Amino acid sequence: MNLFEKETKAIVFGRQAVAVQSMLDFDFISKRETPSVVCFVSPDRPGFERLFFGNKEILFPAYKTITEAVKKHPDATVMVNFAPSRFVYQTTVDALNTENIKTIAIIAEGVPERETRALSSLAKEKGKVIIGPATVGGVIAGKFKIGNAGGTIENIISSKLYRSGSVGLVTKSGGMLNEMFNMIARNSDGVYEGIAIGGDRYPSSSLADHCLRLEETPDVKFLVLLGEVGGLEEYKVAEALKSGRIKKPLIAWVTGTCSKIFPTEVQFGHAGARAGANNETADSKNAALKEVGAIVPDSFDDLPEQIKKTYDELKSKGIIQEIKEFVPPQLPMDYDALMKQGLIRRHAEFINTIADERGELSYSGVPITKIIKEKHSIGYAIGLLWLQKKLPEYASEFIELLITIFADHGPCVSGAHNTMVAARAGKDLISSVASGLLTMGPRYGAAQEESGRYYFWARKEGLTPQEAIDYAKKNHIPLPGFGHKVKSTKNIDWREKILIEFVREKFPYTEYLDYCLEMEKITTKVSDKFIFNIGGISGALWLDLLKSLGYTDDEVSELIEEGILTSINVLSRIIGYIGHHLEQNRLKENLYRVPYDDVLYSLPKEEDL
Amino acid sequence: MAQRGIREFHAKKLLAKFLKEHPEHGFGYESKIVLVTPETSIKEIAAENPWLTSEHLVVKPDMLFGKRGKHGLILLNAKLEEAEKWINERINQEVEVGKTKGVLTHFLIEPFVPHEKEYYIAIKTEEEGDRIYFSNIGGIEIEEKWEHVKEFFVPILGKIDDVNIGELSETIKSFIKTLYTFFVEYDFTYLEINPFAIVGKEIVPLDFVARLDDTALFKDSEKWGDIEFPTPFGRNLTKEEEFIRSLDEKTGASLKLTILNPDGYVWLMVAGGGASVIYTDTVVDLGYGNELANYGEYSGAPSEEETYLYAKTILDLMTRKKDPRGKVLIIGGGIANFTDVAKTFKGIVKALSEYKDKLKENNVKIFVRRGGPNYQAGLAMMKKLEKEIEVPIEVHGPELHMTRVVKMALGGEK
Repeated sequence: MNLFEKETKAIVFGRQAVAVQSMLDFDFISKRETPSVVCFVSPDRPGFERLFFGNKEILFPAYKTITEAVKKHPDATVMVNFAPSRFVYQTTVDALNTENIKTIAIIAEGVPERETRALSSLAKEKGKVIIGPATVGGVIAGKFKIGNAGGTIENIISSKLYRSGSVGLVTKSGGMLNEMFNMIARNSDGVYEGIAIGGDRYPSSSLADHCLRLEETPDVKFLVLLGEVGGLEEYKVAEALKSGRIKKPLIAWVTGTCSKIFPTEVQFGHAGARAGANNETADSKNAALKEVGAIVPDSFDDLPEQIKKTYDELKSKGIIQEIKEFVPPQLPMDYDALMKQGLIRRHAEFINTIADERGELSYSGVPITKIIKEKHSIGYAIGLLWLQKKLPEYASEFIELLITIFADHGPCVSGAHNTMVAARAGKDLISSVASGLLTMGPRYGAAQEESGRYYFWARKEGLTPQEAIDYAKKNHIPLPGFGHKVKSTKNIDWREKILIEFVREKFPYTEYLDYCLEMEKITTKVSDKFIFNIGGISGALWLDLLKSLGYTDDEVSELIEEGILTSINVLSRIIGYIGHHLEQNRLKENLYRVPYDDVLYSLPKEEDL
Repeated sequence: MAQRGIREFHAKKLLAKFLKEHPEHGFGYESKIVLVTPETSIKEIAAENPWLTSEHLVVKPDMLFGKRGKHGLILLNAKLEEAEKWINERINQEVEVGKTKGVLTHFLIEPFVPHEKEYYIAIKTEEEGDRIYFSNIGGIEIEEKWEHVKEFFVPILGKIDDVNIGELSETIKSFIKTLYTFFVEYDFTYLEINPFAIVGKEIVPLDFVARLDDTALFKDSEKWGDIEFPTPFGRNLTKEEEFIRSLDEKTGASLKLTILNPDGYVWLMVAGGGASVIYTDTVVDLGYGNELANYGEYSGAPSEEETYLYAKTILDLMTRKKDPRGKVLIIGGGIANFTDVAKTFKGIVKALSEYKDKLKENNVKIFVRRGGPNYQAGLAMMKKLEKEIEVPIEVHGPELHMTRVVKMALGGEK
């Protein structure tokens, strides 16, 4: 009886994408026509999984329940159960209760013995087969691979698992499965099927169950059994040999012959490997198998020779025919694997030089703990992230001064207004603040940008202050950074005074400020309202800051193109906009509507159109 | 893990807890019992348990070994002063039980209960159900009187109520059912009370052996409380074994080490539970069992740091005492499924480089055999190392039979 054929399809419980990809890779090189997996079941994470079948990318659904999966995929007869030990019982019962699922492989270790034993009895009642628990599964060469069994694709190819051989292999240990595949491939025509029953004391299907099944499988010509110290499993195989139910040659070895040298019980890796009673030792089980006609070597080390001998004998008798070999199709290499091996390279999509969060967070290479320990301020962090410079104290202090001064200009300016309107329309914080920010442009909140650019250009062109004023006049553009609606030479803006005093005291370079003040001397002669305003000042002072920090004119020009002049304005305004948004919500202000009397309705008459 | 033995003290406490929480069964057990360790102050426990001074006592070691009477390790019908003196004479002393030597550290004290009739009961698990053994004649000679033992089998999907227990008194029948319910609900895998007495509705378990299925911890942690799974008697861990055990507890990977003979000639550093047993077997099969220094394994994709610490521990142990023949280190393993061979070897290579002088001094020869993910890179690393540290290293991959390096290392059968 074959549990798995080349058409067998499985449901996988648990989103085990890596394991399933390895199953699909096996399918591909085995020239299966369709993938061996149809879907996943994942109560916590339903959705879809994208995996490759050769070159083709396929979408696999992940259902919430086994019932749903079985209904949508009636062709699936196997469930590979990756549920963690505590969920193994219920998920396996669910699968046993379906009509279609006939075989279940349980991968998890640590399933309580009472639960496993109940599952085994249930399966028996229903005439179904459980492999495991605590097993990597197994491989039916060229037909079906359970989960991660078989190891890397290189190993699968070198052990010729992509096509049927003549050997039926049953082991207790899953960890030894790859080794046995390798050994058998090197000393015979390879395995037909290899199953690891799992290391627990009460595996659901026994060594004997699988040996008897392989006895019934015509393509299997001889059996290899790798048992383990502890438990009584191997005696059942011996009984089957003795009673003649197993007739094919059987090569057997029970590991753990070393247990006799341990003074007290050593717990081996597996739950089942625990020799209490004398008849559970490897020696007594090897002896029992030998007595009933199994081929038992003197040591594991002699196992390959026995396999070779048996294979050669059966071949010379014509029981085993020469296999027609084929070259398995080349599996496309995974990008990640190639990258890891250093075989391919590719340009990164982005470059980043300012922040690295992969280890300890650092800004332009300065660890965050150092920034904090040395008590640097927000201005210092801005210097690292915007300019990649460790700013001198006066510079970061200046930036903070600007942030404080520009944080808010009251509720009536366009940006703050729009923020409030959006907040009152019920928008979230990000939307309201974005609404304010998106208002910033050529007429609102762009004074710094415009004036900075103008002064930089004028000085670069070598214009005198008078020539700079005249140029604007001649070209009918307002002189950027000059004029105020409210303030005048008599009613001075305190913000300006604070900034100018600070800069005069601390900046090593103030030529832009001096230049503009020269211009102001001329403009205020025309009107006392035509003063050098706050926007203009911050534009000029940004230029002085950059020059103070040692940037050349070319570098300053580049920084302007990158957007440095607007940066601080945007950053500061966010603080104010957040304030306006929070406040409108705090006050529970309702939707704003412009009152009728604030709009002049002046529509043309229809007949005039 | 698996079936793990628990102390008699804990087994009795669990029974008392179960009977108290299930009065519907109609049985009681007072569980007057204390556990004495080297840290226990007899004065303090006597203050907390007045029965210790008022009653006659039984004292015995509680360390997962039986036949204590035969080894003279049981004190009956004693007053507290005698009990204290008896314990003080034995605690922290090495004794030999069977073939095993070990230091006595845990004793239990309980009241000496005069009784007339002794019963025997044991429950064990089998593949298809649980088997109950009961006898009206309990005691240490139970094996000689096995013909009196009655057997009942409860299928795993069946119920104890459906099992014909036959002609026993109602109290006994009811107790068997109660104990079986306890066995199932607390996930025991083995339980033997031999003997026990019944005084009215009060259970007196005189000797109690039990194993729990520790994988059931996720559902039984409340029932079990602060359960302890002691290492078998005689397995007092050395400093190095304790260190590896602590590493093992902290990681999802598996790291195991048992020192068999610190002066041994053959040292193993094998990846994988199954493969490690086979390498050990092969050493024994070749006749080098008594020269084998250690048993152990690392598996489940340990980190580079973990394999480094693991390797370092073994290298340190094996270079402590010189052997005129030199020593042999086998870095073995099968074909791994998941474990990145290059990554784990990196840690081993680091440890080997650190110990290069000591390895040379001790004339150590190293034999490597391994397969699995990235094994080519791992093996190349080892070959390169041979030149760097000038210690002979034989390196093989899956093309060589797994245990053949053992034969190479030992030069064939002894």
